[in-house]
Amino acid sequence: MCNSSYFVLIFSLSQLVSLSYSLYFHIGEAERKCFLEEIPDDTLVIGKYKVELYDENSGAYRPSTPGIGMHVEVKDPDDKIILSKLYTSEGRFTFTSHTPGEHIICLYSNSSSWFGKQKLRVHLDIDIGEHAIDYQQVGAREKLTELQLRVRQLLDQVSQITKEQNYQRYREERFRTLSETTNQRVLWWSLAQLVILVIAGFWQMRHLRGFFEAKKLV
Amino acid sequence: MLPWEFNILLVSVILLLKKIYANELTFELPDNAKECFHDNLKIGSHFTLEFQVITGGNYDVDLELKSPTGKILYRETKRQYDQIEKTAEEAGVYQFCFSNEFSTFTHKTIYIDWKVDGDPEHEITQPGPRVAESALTMIERNVERIHENLEKSIDYQTHHRLREATGRARAEDLNQRVQDWSLGQFMLIIFVAIGTVLLLRSFFSDRKTSNMTWNR
Repeated sequence: MCNSSYFVLIFSLSQLVSLSYSLYFHIGEAERKCFLEEIPDDTLVIGKYKVELYDENSGAYRPSTPGIGMHVEVKDPDDKIILSKLYTSEGRFTFTSHTPGEHIICLYSNSSSWFGKQKLRVHLDIDIGEHAIDYQQVGAREKLTELQLRVRQLLDQVSQITKEQNYQRYREERFRTLSETTNQRVLWWSLAQLVILVIAGFWQMRHLRGFFEAKKLV
Repeated sequence: MLPWEFNILLVSVILLLKKIYANELTFELPDNAKECFHDNLKIGSHFTLEFQVITGGNYDVDLELKSPTGKILYRETKRQYDQIEKTAEEAGVYQFCFSNEFSTFTHKTIYIDWKVDGDPEHEITQPGPRVAESALTMIERNVERIHENLEKSIDYQTHHRLREATGRARAEDLNQRVQDWSLGQFMLIIFVAIGTVLLLRSFFSDRKTSNMTWNR
């Protein structure tokens, strides 16, 4: 009985792990690839990646030799770096946003240039908010039944929707401020240009009249 | 140790809650550039690719989706957004490429959503494997419905956010341009005014000396 339950657990775990790395793209060694993520505050972001190096002998991509690592840099909306670490060729990085807005996640390899201009294959998976929660782990850890786990998932989804709505309010406020700034600028600059035009006209006429009067008297 | 029903439930829960693989990415595509993504799929998996151009120029991009044997499954030029749903008929590496090669100086920000519906061997065809079907009570069915509706809600929110991002980028651009051009015009008015006066003065100052000589 014990054996079968362990077997079941391992089997289920293996199903989940097999989905880890799917989408991939190629970058050059010195190239820097950045992704933007617009997220509300207090949101968990988990990124998983795997790097492979192109092996010319076999003509395929192999898991790279130790020494090739990925430098992950995350900038928050205020352009402050909140995560900047060097990871091995396969790993995951996590951060929680403290300000709502556009976060930039940049990946670049730290390989030295004598490897040559080779192509790297990067598998990447970025999970945000409730997608980042591993329900299998939650269920196993807290011994929840199926219904409880599903309800937990609903709770997490609803909380994410609430956060996103809150963020939308914040965005709308900023957009409104921006529009009003533009409105103010158009108004004041137009007035200023009108005034300067009138002043310039008057100044020109006065100056030239003085200039010609000075001539006639000579 | 654990009753066998718990095992069944555990498996079914995990298979149910096993994330349908979804990956959302937003990246910047520079001008004259092409960006390709690849994925290894098994036969029978459903995949959905959704993309939207958020900022840049006319908000359009070229997309090409190719099967492992090179067959073109989707090819469109200058699209702003689209959703492509297909079933993988061949196993192998599918690739989709975004191209901004027609644009000379505008770079585009593109949002993509790549969803893969799993492999047939792990696929859940019904909301619940056969063995647990008898256990689906009304509560469980309603929970499933709520889950689907919440997923749709989240999806709508994402689209709303993307549209808003487009509007906001335009507004920021406008704000900056109003400032720059207004300042420029202001300075131009001043320079033109002074310049005209100086130019006129330069015409008359030559004749002034010649007038003086003539009058004498």
